[in-house]
Amino acid sequence: MTLSKPLIHPAWLRTFHWLNAIATLVLMASGWRIYNATAFLGFSIPNNITLGGWLGGAIQWHFAAMWLLGVNGLLYLAVNVASGRLRHKFFPLSARALLADMLAALKGKLAHADPRHYNMVQRLAYLFVMLDGVVLVLSGLVLWKSVQFPLLRELLFGFEGARRVHFFAMAALVGFVLIHVVMVALVPRTLVYMVRGR
Amino acid sequence: MKIMPAAHLDIDRDAVLKEAVDRIGRADACISAQRRNFLRRCLTLGGLSLLTGCTLTDEHSVDMALSGISRMNDKVQGWLFDPDRLAPTYPASAITRPFPFNAYYGEDEVRKVEESGYRLEVTGLVSDKRKWNLAALRAMPQTDQITRHICVEGWSAIGRWGGVSFARFLRQVGADLSAKYVGFKCADDYFTSIDMPTALHPQTLLTLTYDGQPLPPKYGFPMKLRMPTKLGYKNPKHIQAIFVTNTYPGGYWEDQGYNWFGGS
Repeated sequence: MTLSKPLIHPAWLRTFHWLNAIATLVLMASGWRIYNATAFLGFSIPNNITLGGWLGGAIQWHFAAMWLLGVNGLLYLAVNVASGRLRHKFFPLSARALLADMLAALKGKLAHADPRHYNMVQRLAYLFVMLDGVVLVLSGLVLWKSVQFPLLRELLFGFEGARRVHFFAMAALVGFVLIHVVMVALVPRTLVYMVRGR
Repeated sequence: MKIMPAAHLDIDRDAVLKEAVDRIGRADACISAQRRNFLRRCLTLGGLSLLTGCTLTDEHSVDMALSGISRMNDKVQGWLFDPDRLAPTYPASAITRPFPFNAYYGEDEVRKVEESGYRLEVTGLVSDKRKWNLAALRAMPQTDQITRHICVEGWSAIGRWGGVSFARFLRQVGADLSAKYVGFKCADDYFTSIDMPTALHPQTLLTLTYDGQPLPPKYGFPMKLRMPTKLGYKNPKHIQAIFVTNTYPGGYWEDQGYNWFGGS
């Protein structure tokens, strides 16, 4: 059956993607409310874009959605590695190709002819967000259970260090999401691929 | 309405009856199809709400689900808690000065408890229910610790607390160490409760001093419970009564939605 359009994203990937999107949104919006309880960087995030209504509610949302993010993320990484998709889609990385793709992107001429193939900017961006997710989960573990994970705590510069790592990793994720959504808006059919698979 | 004499109507009665039956049948089939579709949609919605355990538009259901997950997180934290794992300790130079005041009321409303009339009540699953005065508590072996106090609001501060090992105190009063909870009632109407493994943790301290001086009122005179393995709201100040129980006692903040285990 080669008549149907080629499959771009398998069902497992789309499921993980959208579950991750839900978890990320809930964690960000509730995390902002938690940050506001002691706005240690000198600014607050408008409460009307936060989730939870008050600190206790925000913590409940945050510590519920963390399970979705954690379990979904682990399964995603496991299937990604085991199926060989990680290797095929994201490697090899090439600095020269990255430079060329970035220039092309800036000129608005980045090729999207084959959506199954990730260009170097995409590879790097998606690998970065995977790593950022890992940093968010690990620093979150230190904030939640700083006594129970001493090695992790020291690696992330103690409780106060982990607090900052967690915040800036969140800020990096917000940056990724913004660029990601803008790119989808520029090439809307990618949204269809992520919903229907082809 | 004009009534037609039956004789003027030249009608095949059987045909009329047949058509009527057919029409009713078709209409009925049509209604059934719609009804089936409607029912099917209802079932799908019902199935979805069964899957999630709630209808997401219902705020109460969301609250119930979140509370349920918070209870599950209590269990996970109890399971993660290693009774021998110590919180980091710090040199005196690391102490945060001034150490921040925090309570559910402002600093101008701090309760002043008089030492002369103070008697600590110990009740519940303990063999010795005698009341304690401060002198008796001070006569017990004292230890000191410089540890980090972490607030649920995110900030943290390092302080120096001294007093009696709570495990030693519980053994002294013959507490049932297999009981689930230790509860606290305070002079500022605060109340909270902790799990027995944390009560027996080597760094859990029935605190009588702050930085070498008798606990000042703002830090909980005459006595507070200090646990470097728990968030600030789990550390009660101005303690008047301690009770050992198997019945979940909750807490001031916990009853409003803060996680009960609240530990690190």
